[in-house]
Amino acid sequence: MVTTDICIIGAGPVGLFTVFEAGLLKMRCHLVDALPQIGGQLSEIYPKKPIYDIPGFPSVNAQELVDNLKLQAEPFKPTFTLGERVNSMTRLDDGGFLLTTSDNTSIQCKVVVIAAGLGSFEPRKPELANLEHFEGKGVAYMVKDPETFRNKKLVIAGGGDSALDWTIHLASIAERVTLVHRNESFRGAPDSTEKVFDLAREGRIDLLLSANLQAVHGNGKLNAVTVAGKENVVRNIETDYLIPLFGLSPKLGPIAEWGLNLDKSAIEVNTFDYSTNVPGVFAIGDINTYPGKLKLILCGFHEAALMAQSAFRFVHPNQKLSFKYTTVNGVNTF
Amino acid sequence: MIIFDVRNAAGELQTLELPTDINLSLMEVLKASEYPIAATCGGMALCATCHIEVLKGAEKLGPPTDAELDMIDTLPHATAHSRLACQIRLGEQLNGAVIVLKG
Repeated sequence: MVTTDICIIGAGPVGLFTVFEAGLLKMRCHLVDALPQIGGQLSEIYPKKPIYDIPGFPSVNAQELVDNLKLQAEPFKPTFTLGERVNSMTRLDDGGFLLTTSDNTSIQCKVVVIAAGLGSFEPRKPELANLEHFEGKGVAYMVKDPETFRNKKLVIAGGGDSALDWTIHLASIAERVTLVHRNESFRGAPDSTEKVFDLAREGRIDLLLSANLQAVHGNGKLNAVTVAGKENVVRNIETDYLIPLFGLSPKLGPIAEWGLNLDKSAIEVNTFDYSTNVPGVFAIGDINTYPGKLKLILCGFHEAALMAQSAFRFVHPNQKLSFKYTTVNGVNTF
Repeated sequence: MIIFDVRNAAGELQTLELPTDINLSLMEVLKASEYPIAATCGGMALCATCHIEVLKGAEKLGPPTDAELDMIDTLPHATAHSRLACQIRLGEQLNGAVIVLKG
């Protein structure tokens, strides 16, 4: 059980800056993110892209901004749960909250700050009938522990770098790897592409090009997939696992079930302090909406600062908050 | 005016009519027209949440860039007609096009 003042859902730039703003007001933060690393979409999607609208930085690379935000937050000793999605939020008798993640981590907190961007990054799934019946029973969208696949038969689908890299890695672990890709060639790293073609030539993997997954079969557990190949030649491949690797896409997910007022896929907030309709729950950054909302990192920073002032009342209900400039007082850490 | 047809995920067809002088990408136009496009990356051909199929008029749009093709290649439902709306500028070349939202 993690106990903290504020639990921040989403470790993107706005979530990270919240640690700093909350820290100035003597509130401790724990961050949860579905991705295995901090930084949100900046680190996941465009780490090397320059950003031009961060005040004081004429240009800053996305990952560099994340690294700096982490550095700025560090004096306030944030703790993290990464690679897990918050699945539920329950109100406790003392007015606080209990959050539970996809891996059953429990977090008890006084305030919840949702800084989840466009939602949690979930794997893109191929459209196959009954696919969900086999999730966790032969269908895996990521490789958490390669040893799971030792001496097993695998079908990997996809043409990007992760499909290529895992094909290469698992070729020496699994009994048999079949890579299914819809094109005749790969656009991933040339190095990896060459390795995959070498493995196929040496007969160490099966490579099915211009091929598409068509169906999954099994009885309680996956045992075969149907693949349509060139000239619509259809074949059944016996397999223990299917690993579709088609990248990640953001989904609002369980947040939609927490009784928060939503407008499309965004959480409605009061612009006084970015509070939601649930007392003690705030929403900042790209996940919220209000008249005039702009989805900019700098707006999320502003929202974090204002939100922290109100969050203080929930964390330290008997204390008076006096506003202090960092230029006068410095940054008093924990 | 630029006039083209958009079919949403539910199969409903709508004709969009837009002035020629707005400097936007097709993704931005679709978002402004209230279509549910996340556009996570903001238009850098990095997230594919604006994945569309161009069923008619693709030849007038010019070829996709390598970055766009790289991204499309990672998608489970990509077809020979797949494009990313963020990489298509709004312009006369869209006249008469038929696009389908894939998301």
